[in-house]
Amino acid sequence: MFYREAGQYNTTYEKDMQVFPIKQDKIGIAIWLVLAYLFVPFFGIPGLEYGFAMNAIMIPVLIFTITTIGLNILVGFTGQISLGTGAFMGVGAYACYKLTSYFPDVNIIVLILASGFVSAIVGALFGLPSLRIKGFYLVVATLAAQFFLEWCFIRVGWLYNYNASGAIEVPQREVFGWIVTGPSAEPVTRYLVVLSILIFLAIIAGNLTRGRIGRSWMMIRDMDIAAELIGVRPLTAKLSAFAVSSYFIGVSGALMVFMWLGAAEVESFDVNHSFLYLFMVILGGLGSITGSFMGAAFIWTFPIVLKELGKSWFGINATVMENVSLVAIGVMIVVILIAEPHGMARLWQIIKQKLRIWPFPH
Amino acid sequence: MTATDSYVTPDGRTIGGVMMEMKNITLRFGGVVAIKDISFDIREGEIRAIIGPNGAGKSSMLNVINGFYHPQEGEVWFRGEKRPSMKPYQIAAQGIARTFQNIALFHGMTTVENVMTGRQLMMKKNFLWQMLRVGPAMAEEVVHRRRCEEIIDFLEIQHIRKEPVGNLPYGLQKRVELARALAMEPKLLLLDEPMAGMNVEEKEDMSRFILDVNDQYGTTIALIEHDMSVVMDLADRVVVLDYGKMLADGTPDEVQKNQAVIDAYLGVEH
Repeated sequence: MFYREAGQYNTTYEKDMQVFPIKQDKIGIAIWLVLAYLFVPFFGIPGLEYGFAMNAIMIPVLIFTITTIGLNILVGFTGQISLGTGAFMGVGAYACYKLTSYFPDVNIIVLILASGFVSAIVGALFGLPSLRIKGFYLVVATLAAQFFLEWCFIRVGWLYNYNASGAIEVPQREVFGWIVTGPSAEPVTRYLVVLSILIFLAIIAGNLTRGRIGRSWMMIRDMDIAAELIGVRPLTAKLSAFAVSSYFIGVSGALMVFMWLGAAEVESFDVNHSFLYLFMVILGGLGSITGSFMGAAFIWTFPIVLKELGKSWFGINATVMENVSLVAIGVMIVVILIAEPHGMARLWQIIKQKLRIWPFPH
Repeated sequence: MTATDSYVTPDGRTIGGVMMEMKNITLRFGGVVAIKDISFDIREGEIRAIIGPNGAGKSSMLNVINGFYHPQEGEVWFRGEKRPSMKPYQIAAQGIARTFQNIALFHGMTTVENVMTGRQLMMKKNFLWQMLRVGPAMAEEVVHRRRCEEIIDFLEIQHIRKEPVGNLPYGLQKRVELARALAMEPKLLLLDEPMAGMNVEEKEDMSRFILDVNDQYGTTIALIEHDMSVVMDLADRVVVLDYGKMLADGTPDEVQKNQAVIDAYLGVEH
């Protein structure tokens, strides 16, 4: 009813190429931004305890959205499947840890963004096999990367400064007088930092995927032979996808440790997490930035919601509910994939399309 | 008539000198000889047809021209220079575009995005600008978008501009593929069975587009086609292949009267 594009004309190609060409969508995004910047920092999520809402829901969801966007660039936009996500996050986290110990005076946000480059280089390196192999074989190659990097995180003492616990612990750092990392950092500061980095990176991802480079990724994904005959160099396209994807994933790994966990060991970067991020991508929608937001939010919050419901409505204890939620999420994935293989982003698109012409069927 | 002479066709188009010359091309896949010692040339501005029964080596020939296959023997000369062994994307940069027998569109993208992919080589703005997508990067995007829209207008596919190409009917997909090839502004356009599987009306449309492309953009066209009436109407010169060997090379009239061609197509009494 209100969602109509009648009377809205795009008179230039710039306008036609906007992410949200329809006015109502722009208003919707503005509302989301206002909520994220002005509502959530003060009130958290209504009905939930503030610290819990921040630490258990908002911050991880935002961080995993960055991971999902990164992985989506590789899997959804370029069609190269990777199971090394967890390890690439680890690369970002360990790189950031090393950078903080080498450059204690540099702004921590700069270091977090810089640590992504280390991950990008490692990602491009492990992306080299993709030039020769595809599909399942590439999965195996990235799995090898996962296990190799995990081994490094345990065995290479230099990475965690040879401390006895084998874990990396986040030092306290301030930015303009605000404590951003470390145990005494306020949830709201960390939330705002993560949110801002996410928005910054999401805009970059959106720009890249709509331009020449994004098209070369999608060309490789859809028809690699035709892409090559049109003039795309598979080497450049694939490796740039691996690098950009790993950059995002690396930054999210650094954020995960520095803004959320506070300390991490190799378990935080294991292959189970790689699967989790892949679920977020697939469920959210392959090749969709909006879908990445949905996928990450859904996969992360669904078990929490289920656990809370189980506790308060049926009095089932948390351990049982954890297993129930595992089962439920598996079923959800299967159901959604059968109903809509393009994930929640496509569902959302269909809903919008229907709204646009409502109450008429077509 | 020598390699550099130009001449005027009966319908008044000027055909230039030799653009591409295939010299004694032999292509083998293991023990199978796909193309055996074939030589022919393509002149600037002409419509050149390659015909022959199934398995004659026509598609292989196109794949040799655009560098997807590398012949074991023989030389490819392009614009007076012997072409070294090149990767397909380098040959694309030289101005050779093609369409495919089994449509090879990018199915996850819309029509306009597919056409935009043809501009890939002409877009130069680096990664940093692409990231920001403002100023010069946006200006570049708009310039190429405008050019693509012209081609979309030219091929009359405006109405499906924003449709994902996977949903389009076959005939339109073929047209989008032609649009994508045209977006590359090729000097030589290779069409692999542009009319396969089309009905008469669609074939007429496609023939008109091919003639218009040749006429308006001056694009040299080499096409493979099974529909003889189309070939005889469109082509300036025809090469006939059979089992990897060359049967005939000449104008449509000459080729039609060639006994070897008639035998290959209609069969011979034994």
